Amino acid sequence: MHELSLAQSIVEIVQQYVPDAQRPAVESVRLKVGVQAGVVVDSLEFCFSVITEHTDLEGARLAIERVPFSFACKSCNANCTEENGILLCPSCGGNDVTILSGTELQVTEIELHDHAAEVQ
Amino acid sequence: MSIITIERKVLEKNDEIAARNRILFAERGTFVINLVSSPGSGKTSILECSLDYLKDKIKVAVIEGDVQTDLDAQRVAKLGVPVVQIVTHGGCHLDAHLVHDALGSLEMKNVQLLIIENVGNLVCPANYDLGEAMKVVVASTTEGDDKPLKYPGMFRNASVLLINKTDLLPYVNCNMEALKANALLVNPSLTILETSCTTRKGIREWCEWILGRMGKG
Repeated sequence: MHELSLAQSIVEIVQQYVPDAQRPAVESVRLKVGVQAGVVVDSLEFCFSVITEHTDLEGARLAIERVPFSFACKSCNANCTEENGILLCPSCGGNDVTILSGTELQVTEIELHDHAAEVQ
Repeated sequence: MSIITIERKVLEKNDEIAARNRILFAERGTFVINLVSSPGSGKTSILECSLDYLKDKIKVAVIEGDVQTDLDAQRVAKLGVPVVQIVTHGGCHLDAHLVHDALGSLEMKNVQLLIIENVGNLVCPANYDLGEAMKVVVASTTEGDDKPLKYPGMFRNASVLLINKTDLLPYVNCNMEALKANALLVNPSLTILETSCTTRKGIREWCEWILGRMGKG
C-alpha cells in the first residue's frame, strides 16, 4: 500500500511545473503505469483525490494509461506481450529476453483548462 | 486547454537519493544487500546465521526496517554487530531517504558489508531502490511454491533467491523444483540457494557466495 506516497510524489511533480496561481486550473495529470509496476491504479486515484482535497489542486484527476508488459526474445527476435510477468518466449520457448515495457511509472502530461490564461 | 508535456518518473526523487547512497557506498567500499521477503520467511534468522559466520571475517553492519518495535535490532545487537533500527510506523517499505538518514546513526567507517533488512512485504519494497548492490529475496518452504508467480515484481528485481526453512520440506506442501522453476519463469537470471537456519545447512554456501561477490572469497 505505497500508493499514498506515490500520490504525494505526483503532487510534488505537478507543483514543480505549475505555478501557484495556475494550480486550480489543473484538470488532469497524465500517467503511464506499467501493468507490472506494482501499482493499484484505483488506490492511486483514490489517494490522489484524498490528498488534493481542500488544496489548490482539488478536482484534478489522474488520467492513467496502462502500458502492457512486453519483452524481446534474443533467440528468435520475437516481440512478446505477457500479462503475468512470465519471461518465456511464446514463439520459441527461450528465456533470454530483454524487457521493453510494463514496469514504468511516469508523469507524462499536465492538462490545464483555458481558464489558466485568465488567472495568469 | 493547455498541456505541459513532461517525462518524469514518479519515483525520481527516491531514485536520486538512492544514486547518492550508491556513490557513498562506493566511496567507502561498502557492499550493500537489500534483504526482502514476506513477513515470517526468516530474514532475521538468516541475518543472525550469516552474521555469525561473517562477523569475524569482514566488518559488517546492519540496518533493520520494521513497522513497529526494535526487536530485530536487539537480536542483531546481541551478536556484537553495529545496527540501527528504522521504525516506519505503518510504512510498508524502506525508501532511500530513510536509509540515508539511518546511515548518520551508524558507524560506517571501514564497513565492508551492509545488510539492510527491509519491512516484511512482497509488494512495495520491490519498487524502491535504496542504493544497494542487489536485492536478495527470501521465500520459505512454508509459503508454498507459487509465490514467484503471485509476486513477480519482487522476484524479477532480485538477484538472489534464498529458499529458507528447507528442513521443513517433509512436512509442508511445497515442491522445491516447482518453486525454483516458477522463480526462473519470472527471472531467468536469478541465482538460487537453499538455507535452513535450524540445521544451518546452506548458510556457509550463502555466506561464501557473498564473499565471492565482494571479491573476498
